[in-house]
Amino acid sequence: MILGFALSFIAMIAGGLFGRHLAISQVGRTGETGSAGPNRAHSLPKFHGYMLAWHIGFAALGLLALHGFRRDLLSTPWLIAGLALTTLLAALHSRRIIKPELRARDYVERYVRISLLLCSAVAVLTTFGIVLSLIFESARFFEKVSFLEFLTGLQWSPQTAIRADQAGQSGAFGAVPIFAGTFMIMAVAMLIATPIGLMIAIYLSEYATAKVRGIVKPFIEILAGVPTVVYGFFALLTVGPAIRGLAESMGFAVPTQSAIAAGSVMGVMIIPFISSLSDDVINAVPQNLRDGAYALGATKSETMTQVIFPAALPGIMGAILLGVSRAIGETMIVVMAAGRAANLTGNPFEAVTTVTVQVVSLLTGDQEFDSAKTLAAFALGLVLFVITLILNVIALLIVRRYRERYE
Amino acid sequence: MVTLSSDPQAASDMQLAPEDLKFHVRNVRVSYGEKEALHGVDLDIAKTGVTAFIGPSGCGKSTFLRVFNRMNDTIPGARVSGEVLLDGEDIYGPDVDPVLLRARVGMVFQKPNPFPKSIYDNVAYGPRIHGLTKSATELDEVVEKSLRRAALWDEVKDRLNEQGTGLSGGQQQRLVIARAIAVQPEVILMDEPASALDPIATARLEELIDELKDRYCIIIVTHSMAQAARVSQRTAFFHLGHLVEYDATNTVFTNPTDSRTQDYITGRTG
Repeated sequence: MILGFALSFIAMIAGGLFGRHLAISQVGRTGETGSAGPNRAHSLPKFHGYMLAWHIGFAALGLLALHGFRRDLLSTPWLIAGLALTTLLAALHSRRIIKPELRARDYVERYVRISLLLCSAVAVLTTFGIVLSLIFESARFFEKVSFLEFLTGLQWSPQTAIRADQAGQSGAFGAVPIFAGTFMIMAVAMLIATPIGLMIAIYLSEYATAKVRGIVKPFIEILAGVPTVVYGFFALLTVGPAIRGLAESMGFAVPTQSAIAAGSVMGVMIIPFISSLSDDVINAVPQNLRDGAYALGATKSETMTQVIFPAALPGIMGAILLGVSRAIGETMIVVMAAGRAANLTGNPFEAVTTVTVQVVSLLTGDQEFDSAKTLAAFALGLVLFVITLILNVIALLIVRRYRERYE
Repeated sequence: MVTLSSDPQAASDMQLAPEDLKFHVRNVRVSYGEKEALHGVDLDIAKTGVTAFIGPSGCGKSTFLRVFNRMNDTIPGARVSGEVLLDGEDIYGPDVDPVLLRARVGMVFQKPNPFPKSIYDNVAYGPRIHGLTKSATELDEVVEKSLRRAALWDEVKDRLNEQGTGLSGGQQQRLVIARAIAVQPEVILMDEPASALDPIATARLEELIDELKDRYCIIIVTHSMAQAARVSQRTAFFHLGHLVEYDATNTVFTNPTDSRTQDYITGRTG
């Protein structure tokens, strides 16, 4: 495969040089076949070269794709032979078509557009692939477990019997407790991240001197760069025991793994997202609105709360929603610090579990890939995907509407 | 003496009696960081009527305008020295609160900047933060009076709850003037208020300025010499951070004393 790419690349360069050479002999170095104006060639020689290189490139791409997907149809020796043959054919073809009147430059422009389109198609097709696989695998899951039971059931214990002689585990797939757990942890995280993140943004954009900003901003960026697994063991080894100790000193029994431990650490993780997005939004509020408020005799805090903040509110809402979708999708912190038991509880000091934790535990270890247990992961993934997708779309719509207002 | 003009004849036109005096400015210098933008300006401004500041871009006229309501305070690194007396009181004195000063000296900017609030809330903003009204009906009255004075009432009276940002550029600029008037200022500073407006909106704005000039002290910075000639009674010409000439508008435009003024108003420089 790598050999194939390398050979194609070499063939393209060689083709390019050959095409250019051919064009120079046909139309001259500067594109003039003669000295007079009407004899001017349509395209400079280099465009003839690019055109030939691109022809070879497209043909090679087709051969490489065939080689990659159906090696039984096109083995490596045949690939090399095919590359050589198409290069030769393209060169012979260009001998026929390279003339002063050939619009090589227009072809090259079109090929550039096509190539860029192919690159963006990769992103689109990948998205489609993921969505379709989620939908089809979830459909298989819903053949075994009813959709209604999944969405409204209050009992989650996905252990099913793998062998016939295993007893006791029948499996219950009511997803309400794990979505409740997800939302509780998200709520704890946002209760911490939203006010602190917003205050940081307001301080940095309106109050801090350049010197303070220069010190604080890098630290916030470091916070954003901490790997989530580090946050995870921080939650498990430091925050969890601290909360438990505090609760015990007040006479409550609290497990080390709890919604509050995972949620508060996740909140700290989300602070930089909220603060830096809100900072951008507040900075984007036009200076003349500030001037207008100051010129009316508004104080700094009046300007902030009554003029800048309302103007920035849609963008801030967008930042918060993006934070929410991160909180819902976050995995590592909750795997380590939230627990695995699917409790349906409203008490944040109890252990709860989340969608992402369950997906991890359903798919780790030895698994059969057509049992209801593993297929449940796809159904959870699909619901999670739909929720974060909706949140992201809403956030982007809000942010876009806000942008339009000031441009 | 209120002029740097070397012509004693022209200077005599600009004599202001003490009771007509609003601002008394002596040796004002403004610098941004290392760079000095205004190199010592002396000038007196009358209680009523329109004073225009003209001059080429970068001459310091807008910087000077922002001296009168201490808007330069909001720019990091800006420093103002010299003496600026408003009704005999130094506005850069240690006891002066810039917030209260700006309630007395309103300002209108180059680009209309209504807040993203309703038309009513835009006008009511100043009275609310300064606690100028005692009741909702009183606030209603202030809003209506201000909008009437800004010649906008008839156009917006049926849609006071719509967003101020939805008005046309000319209406927005009049809304901003109404917002400034609602605080009951004594002075209104205008920084190229018509430069973002079309000719029809500009004509309406100039009419409005003409109506306001008997009640307020208006200082206007403008790029358009024709506008300065139309709306102002006194004109100051700035060049490279210096006040070159300050006189009755008529005199400045018909019989300038300084050759730089002459060159600028006849279009040879600037």
